[in-house]
Parts: sequence; structure tokens; C-alpha cells
Amino acid sequence: MSNPKPYNTDPTEVGWPEEESLVNATVSRRNFLRAATLAAAGLGLAPYATLTGQGSAATLDLQDFVEIETTINGEAMKMKLDPRTSLLDLLREQLGLTGAKKGCNQGACGACTVHVGTDRINACLTLAAQIDGKEVTTIEGIGSAEEFHPVQAAFLEHDGFQCGYCTSGQIMSAIKVLEDDHAGSDAEIREWMSGNICRCGAYKGIVESVKAVRDNTLDPQALQKGESLKR
Amino acid sequence: MNPFQYTKAKTAEAAIATLLQRDNAAYLAGGTNLVDRMRRNVAHPDALIDVSELPFAAIGEWEGGLRLGAIASNSATAEHADVKRDYPMLSEAILLGATDQLRNKATNGGNLMQRTRCSYFMSPDFPCNKREPGSGCSAIGGFNRILSVLGTSDNCIASYPSDMSTALAALDAVVQIRTPNGGERSLPLVDFHKLPGDTPEIDNYLERGELITAIDLPAETKKFAGHSTYLKVRDRHSYAFALVSVAAGLIVDNGKITDARLALGSVAAKPWRDREAEARLIGQGPSRELFRDVAEQVMADATGYGENDFKIELAKRAIVKALTQL
Repeated sequence: MSNPKPYNTDPTEVGWPEEESLVNATVSRRNFLRAATLAAAGLGLAPYATLTGQGSAATLDLQDFVEIETTINGEAMKMKLDPRTSLLDLLREQLGLTGAKKGCNQGACGACTVHVGTDRINACLTLAAQIDGKEVTTIEGIGSAEEFHPVQAAFLEHDGFQCGYCTSGQIMSAIKVLEDDHAGSDAEIREWMSGNICRCGAYKGIVESVKAVRDNTLDPQALQKGESLKR
Repeated sequence: MNPFQYTKAKTAEAAIATLLQRDNAAYLAGGTNLVDRMRRNVAHPDALIDVSELPFAAIGEWEGGLRLGAIASNSATAEHADVKRDYPMLSEAILLGATDQLRNKATNGGNLMQRTRCSYFMSPDFPCNKREPGSGCSAIGGFNRILSVLGTSDNCIASYPSDMSTALAALDAVVQIRTPNGGERSLPLVDFHKLPGDTPEIDNYLERGELITAIDLPAETKKFAGHSTYLKVRDRHSYAFALVSVAAGLIVDNGKITDARLALGSVAAKPWRDREAEARLIGQGPSRELFRDVAEQVMADATGYGENDFKIELAKRAIVKALTQL
């Protein structure tokens, strides 16, 4: 694991992981938002929140900005944030990790599902401040075009999606459903996947995808199909 | 979302002292309800004190029963071996609520503190006495299908949707609370939440600054393991709030009921435990007729508000079904 990147108060100088992980991170809107958010954060250079005193009656310093250290897809990073920032907005708008989607933004659809530690959670209802010291894994962190994660390959093979909007969340949930051994029957899969809504109604394919990984019936070549999808 | 300041507390004392120095600060645990309310302009704390890393995450033996840490996640609680073995009704109830994603974040203390999902409470464009005291109740005469039929007032008919709390009410759970003066006090779960009356804006009997540290399950109710059920009736098969839920336990010995527990969820502003109904069951032989009589008694004072009239009969049938399963 790499050392945490130091926080840099000059937004133009901050090394953001998307420059390393996303080859074509040239979307102007994304870069604009990222710079704008950082500039806003840079205005209030409050010191990092620390406990003041050790006595029982000591109060804590409430901060306008919160500094966190976290690991996202294996990369350690350090950043300073407006405390209103959700984990989902941090991922999408500031780190360029747009795999997790904003569907309902109220914990009802599951499109923003990511892993924090060993748990899947709704990134939209998670304040980024609360991932301090934790490890986050998004859809970008589980496979590559060269080698899909088996669940990714299974969704392709078994038509686990149509439009694809919910798919990142579905896959992140399916991985945990399999790991946590909640894929014993179709009914159990459906119950434990029920936090991920698919408006196309690809549920049949989603259940088949989970079963294919559970039963190890996936064609090994399916894992390499990403190459053929490159444009 | 309105701006707010943030800090993370390492001790309950520091969290409480920090909250008390502000007029409009709130504790943040899992955030699954609070963050949603803040984003929808329903709650506007100007400071959040993050209590999610306070040392109250343990689940373990307590006076022969079980102590559930306030910061333990709903998932950890539902999946805990002792909960599943000794209080399976609680595990069932939690797993029938929300989704794995939400249960992983939601804490036990936070579950007690969640607020109503009344659509008017959650919509700042409408009058709501719970959100804005004195503004009126839009739900009376409005869309109230999911709302209360018991313990309502002319000011508010909001329902409290927690499945976990309904099971806790049936299991005689006790809430442990840290007070601002450094002391501890406890409240039976059934006395924790408050009916609306003339102050619907207040959901429970926590005093300002107080912090839930644990929820205790007594040894006494372990006997309902294997003799209890949690029945949840909802609009879809999974991931929906209850229209009516029933937490029931029945001990039958030599053809006679020797002990009983009965609590309803989502029919009132608090888990609706009915001790008179339980007393009426004890000493009787279990029968469908008895269960129906008891159900009639439980719902005798119920009031429908139009759309939710069906809940009264639904609750009676759910009570009969739950008790018949035992």
C-alpha cells in the first residue's frame, strides 16, 4: 500500500487518483467541479480537528472542513472536505470514479452500492467524513478490462442488465451476497439483492448471474471478454 | 443540504459536552435516516457530532441476558449467534427491515431514533405538526395509508416504522442512557417512545444531550426462543416498511398458555405492546377464537383516518395469524 498523499492546499497541484487510473479523464464538467469544490474547501483552512483536552467535560472542536485519510481501491489518500460531501459525491465528482451511480440519493435504489471494509453500503447516505480510516472499494476496484471479476463476466453472459445504470450497484451487491453465503436459493438471492432496484426489470438475468458464479458454471473465457468490448 | 460543522467523538462525555454547548447540534451514528432528512430539508442541525466510533459496539452477555451496544450495526446484531439462538424474533425482525446495505450502516441506537416516514413530515412544502409545531397536520384528511390507527391525536397520526423496536418491545428490552451529569439511567423500550398528544414534535423521552449506550435483553425472555415469531405485512415482498407487523411469543404448557408477549409495529407512534391482551391469553387454551377475541380487544380503540381504515382489520388478522403460527 502506498503512503498517504499529503494534502495540498493548491487545488491545481493536487494529485488526484483519476489522473493515474482513468486514461481519458478529460471531461470538462468533471474537472471543473473538482477544481471548484477544492477551491471552496481551500478558503477555509481550518486546522485538522483534534480532541481538545482529556477531561470529561472537555468539548470537541467543531470543524467547518474535515480532513480524512482513506484508502480507495487500494490507493491511500488524504483530503479535506466540506462535511456535507457524501461518499458518493466524493467518488463521482471529485475522484472521477463514476461507476457508482446516483439514482435516488436517499438509500432506496442501491445504484450507489460500494464496499466499506467488508460491508456493502449506500454511498449516497454515507458522509465522506465517516470513511476516515476505512477502506473503500468501488466497481472500478474489482476487475479490469483484461480480467473481469467473475460477477462482472456473469452479468455479461447472463444478461444481468439492459440499460446498465443499476449494474455497478448490482454487481457490488452480488459480490457480497456470494461472499456472505446468501445465494442458497433463487428466493434467498432475490431477498438479499432486494436493495438494488432495476427499472429495466433484468432481475431474472441478475439471479442467473449470481447462480452462475455460485455454481462455478461460468466459461473461463468470459473473464477475458473485456478486450473485445474495447472501442 | 445546509452547512454544518463536524467532529468525531471518542468518548461519550466529550460528545455530550460538545452537543450541549450548541443549540442545534445532533449526534450522527449510521446516518441512514438523519442524512436523508438533512438532504430533504427536514432536519437542519448546524453541527454533527459523530458518535459512530464510541466504544459501544460490543454485543455480549449481561446479567444472564444480552447487551446490544448502541453502536453495533443492525447487521451485526441480526447475525450475532447469541441473538439468533436466544432472541430469534429480534433477528427475524431486523432482517425483514431495510436492506443489507442499510443494515450495515444503521446502528441499534439509531434505529430507536429514526423518525416517522409520514410523507408530509418528509415534505417541507406541507404543514406538519411534527416537523413544524402548530402548522397543522396534512395527513389527517390526506394520504395516510401507512399511518397510525392507535394512540393518535388531533395533532398527529404519524407512525413509527421500526421492526427492530417492535420485537424489542415484545422481548422486554431496556434502553441504557448516558446522562449529561455523567450518570446512567435506563428506560424500558416500551416507555422510550412517546405518543403525539399535544407535542408531536417530540418522539421520545430522551432529555437534551442524553446518549443511548446500549439496549439490554433480559434473561427472562430467552424462553420465547422457538416460541415466537415476527410477522410483517407490507406492500411488496421485500424492502418495504410494514403496514402492520406483529411480534408475538407464546409459551404453551399442557394445553394452556402460561406466558405471552404481543406487540404491534407501524400502527402507532411507538411499538404497541398490549399487556392486557397478554394477560387475557394466559391460562387459556390456544384457539383461533381466543386469538380473534384478543385481536378485537387490542384494536378496540383504533381509529381509521380514511385511507388507513384497512389497517384495523389487517392488524386483527395479522395478530390471529401470528399467534396461530406459534
